[in-house]
Amino acid sequence: MEEINALFHGFSVAMTPFNLMLMFVGVTLGVVIGVLPGLGGANGIAILLPLTFTMPPTSAIIMLSCIYWGALFGGAITSILFNIPGEPWSVATTFDGYPMAQQGRAGEALTTAFTSSFVGAFVAVVMITFLAPLVAKFALKFGPPEFFSVYFLTFCSFIGMGKGSPWKTLTAMMLGFSLAAVGMDTVTGQLRLTFGLSELMRGFDFLVAVIGLFGIGEILLSMEEGLSFSGRSARINLKVVIETWKKLPQYWMTSLRSCLIGCWMGITPGGATPASFMSYGVAKRMSANGAQFGKGHIEGVIAPETAAHAAGTSALLPMLSLGIPGSPTAAVLLGGLLIWGLQPGPLLFVEKKEFVWGLIASMYLGNIAGLIIVLTCVPLFAAILRIPFSIIAPLIIVICAIGAFSVHNAMLDIWFMLLFGVIGYVFKKLDYPMAPMVLALVLGDRAEDSFRQSMLISQGNLNVFFANGLVGSIMALGLVMLFWPLVNKLREK
Amino acid sequence: MTNTDITSADKHAVIGVRAMEIIVAVVILAFGAVIAWASYDLGAGWADDGPQAGYFPFYIGVIIAISSFVTLMQALLTRAPDVGAAFVERGQLKLVLSVLVPALVYVLVIQWFGIYLASAIYIAVFMVWLGKYAWWKGLLLGVIVSVCVFMMFEVWFQVPLHKGTLYNPLSFTGY
Repeated sequence: MEEINALFHGFSVAMTPFNLMLMFVGVTLGVVIGVLPGLGGANGIAILLPLTFTMPPTSAIIMLSCIYWGALFGGAITSILFNIPGEPWSVATTFDGYPMAQQGRAGEALTTAFTSSFVGAFVAVVMITFLAPLVAKFALKFGPPEFFSVYFLTFCSFIGMGKGSPWKTLTAMMLGFSLAAVGMDTVTGQLRLTFGLSELMRGFDFLVAVIGLFGIGEILLSMEEGLSFSGRSARINLKVVIETWKKLPQYWMTSLRSCLIGCWMGITPGGATPASFMSYGVAKRMSANGAQFGKGHIEGVIAPETAAHAAGTSALLPMLSLGIPGSPTAAVLLGGLLIWGLQPGPLLFVEKKEFVWGLIASMYLGNIAGLIIVLTCVPLFAAILRIPFSIIAPLIIVICAIGAFSVHNAMLDIWFMLLFGVIGYVFKKLDYPMAPMVLALVLGDRAEDSFRQSMLISQGNLNVFFANGLVGSIMALGLVMLFWPLVNKLREK
Repeated sequence: MTNTDITSADKHAVIGVRAMEIIVAVVILAFGAVIAWASYDLGAGWADDGPQAGYFPFYIGVIIAISSFVTLMQALLTRAPDVGAAFVERGQLKLVLSVLVPALVYVLVIQWFGIYLASAIYIAVFMVWLGKYAWWKGLLLGVIVSVCVFMMFEVWFQVPLHKGTLYNPLSFTGY
């Protein structure tokens, strides 16, 4: 019950008026980001990160994680009212959410989505509360080979669980690693891949890449479709909320299943997007009303929303306990921690107890704040989408440029942002996945360090990665993941 | 901005998916080769104290080259039915370029005259040109946004933004 005590201490850290205010500000900003095209959890947080440098780390991370919860909630609004998924993980929500809105049940659909999101997140936070300290304690015994094997497994999972071409996943990932290698080598101090440009000494910052890939790239994609919004209006009143809440408990099985899928996909770096699709598919197959799916069935909203939120939340578990983020947004949060001088990983739970438990407590509070805000302010957020694209688009590009500049106060980064924007546009259209690229860019240096340290220990003998049961089985699992697409292909034949 | 002014000429594919796949794969292949070569130059072998600085990036470059080569071959040999699909249609490309080209100019103006002036002009031009707003509306919003950003970054959070290398039009503010 050590965790419960620690959690209550965390609540006392998180519950200061200043932090509570930041929570509401964060969630509101997050919903706005989630509603706007071109701004999402990952790049939204990346842009706002520099503004939090002056805050105490605990407050800053509370606000940033609340932006993330807000973005998760916000995606559902646009999916249901406008049939435009504001975030990739809310694509599956459009399948049944928009038909419900067309039938005049927008309020019901939104309440269902928000409540499901809340349930998913809540289950995931409870899991984090009890599992994260255990994982961290376990990981304290890890040496460099063990850490490398976990990195290895993380990246192989992308290849094994990705939907598109495994070769493209591999390419995108390795591009991320190569960009991470640019700059000063941490071990020898030599300059690598700078091609004589002193500006490149600093290396590529993944925040700039995230802002370009997801922000500018997304704007270009939306522009291509010649966006004109036409949406349903919605008002949620207490009556609708209570009536919907009365209906929801009968779908507890769908909820539970979606939570499990979401938590699993969040911890292994599958992320919220595949989790929402998988959960939708499973719910459709298992439900007695499977044929109703796609025509505005309430279960079709519960399943993807619960799973997306559970996955989005549990992606923070490996980030906190191992220092390995499960999603691009978690990676951005990790970047923030590093900037404040906090090294995420098992030691964080020992050395910065207050910070960790404050953050975990804020996850409970932030999601409650989020639920209240979205339920009460839906018409306001929907109104944002009625602002014409020709006003929104330049605003977002200006915000992205400011965000990219303020990461390092470097003009060159704005050019890189534009370049990454074009890359993001092309990659998205050709199905090169961006999540493994961003994660490789974030983790590249550390994966390399752990590899080199292992090599120093073993004096160049690769057997160190199979030296004991633990590291050996993680590596073996990684190899299975790596060759999974091949196995699948052989089975098909 | 709307779909109504798209003519049939706009439906023509500027470039096919397959051609684009091939181009991108070749570019990435070349990139991988450059990485591998540059890392090899740096020393990609083993020294007394473990792997040299270029060891890790060298193999990264090699893997990039191999994986993009496979993608290239797949694109060349594919017999998929949608092989002739358009990567981007003329009308779409026009719309994309109508955002991208001004964005390029915008970044150039940032470089020369700083972020605040550039942003105000950019928002105004975008609204007037693509949104067909009255020029005073665009200018008004542009200036409002720039002033808000200025207050937020320079005054409250004290995070200085780029002021322009050619001329700083805001030098009179003292920030």
